[in-house]
Amino acid sequence: MKRINDQRIEIFLSYLLRWGVTLSATVVAVSGFLFLLYHAGDTPHFHTFRGEHADLTSLQGILHAMLQGNIKAFIQFGIVLLIATPVARVFFSIIGFILEKDVLYIVLTLIVLGILMIGIFSGLGG
Amino acid sequence: MSLLTFTLILLAGALLAGLLGSLTGLGGGVVIIPLLTIGFHIDIRYAIGTSLVAVIATSSGSAAAYVKEGFSNIRIAMFLEVATTSGAIVGAILASYLPTYFIAILAGIVILYSALISLRKKQDHLDMDQSSKLARILKLNGDFPDEHGRKIPYAVHHVAGGYGMMMFAGIISGLLGLGSGSLKVVAMDNIMHIPFKVSTTTSNFMIGVTAAASASVYLTRGYIDPVLSMPVVLGVLVGSMIGARILMKATTSWLRILFIVVITVLGLEMIYNGVLHKI
Repeated sequence: MKRINDQRIEIFLSYLLRWGVTLSATVVAVSGFLFLLYHAGDTPHFHTFRGEHADLTSLQGILHAMLQGNIKAFIQFGIVLLIATPVARVFFSIIGFILEKDVLYIVLTLIVLGILMIGIFSGLGG
Repeated sequence: MSLLTFTLILLAGALLAGLLGSLTGLGGGVVIIPLLTIGFHIDIRYAIGTSLVAVIATSSGSAAAYVKEGFSNIRIAMFLEVATTSGAIVGAILASYLPTYFIAILAGIVILYSALISLRKKQDHLDMDQSSKLARILKLNGDFPDEHGRKIPYAVHHVAGGYGMMMFAGIISGLLGLGSGSLKVVAMDNIMHIPFKVSTTTSNFMIGVTAAASASVYLTRGYIDPVLSMPVVLGVLVGSMIGARILMKATTSWLRILFIVVITVLGLEMIYNGVLHKI
């Protein structure tokens, strides 16, 4: 019984991963194309590290810049969606464990989610 | 060079990396850092951020394909993700205290190690001794279908040792922006005696989650540039999708050897550049 349940959840999760990757790749491709239309002649500057502008280093900043029509922020939003995809995978695996009333694994999943949230919100990068 | 030319060349390079990575099963991530730093003279910090994003793309893309086969073990994955994600955060923090040349040398060593590991014979350590108490408490033992659809049960061993190795793999992944799939497979095959089919697919599953933990730290630190990530992510993704199609039809042993040679050269070059403080 346990395995059948696992299997169905896992198939749902595989679709989730595929949707996440497809969605983020589409956002990155479309906004990247638009960006290149305007900036094809720019000179790349990645030899020296300057770090991204504050607009592009937090979800809040990215959303704000998107509202102002910053195309780079749209590409970055696609990248954020891509990073969020495996996080969503962890989040939704908890459903399977709840259905199975597997307390141990509900706790383990919450711990993994907690660690991921530390990475996202703690400002460790700052 | 204009940004358009730069982007197109990078797209082609990433496509090739994704293609070879999926044909050989080594993952495209391993060559992205040397491609960017040695090939394009991009600062290693941008290279790490970009590589992490590419690793997430390939891992999520191929995990979607693997899961249906029913080999991966979601409990093993979740339990070990506690180790890999916490390691990844530690690695990402460490990265800001270490000089870039040191990171380059370490990346070279890990790249060489991946090449070495891929030469090894795939051999299952399947044994049914269910004496590991931790494995039973954590419900890690499972089964997978063989080619006739029969269920083959397996028992998991040395849980604590495997957990420790996974934490190390997480630190390396967070520090260098690699998937460190080779280290993960070693932990699962050699230490925990998980059968190869299960360990490969489960490890692939975990790579994306591990990379997401450190990618979010790198994003806030400004290491992830949208203009640079765009061609790399799209190239690696399309490349690995094409690779997965070809894989079903063709035998790839000569390609494998070619890729291993390429990786070895790139790894040595990373170490060389690091030692000379050129990176």
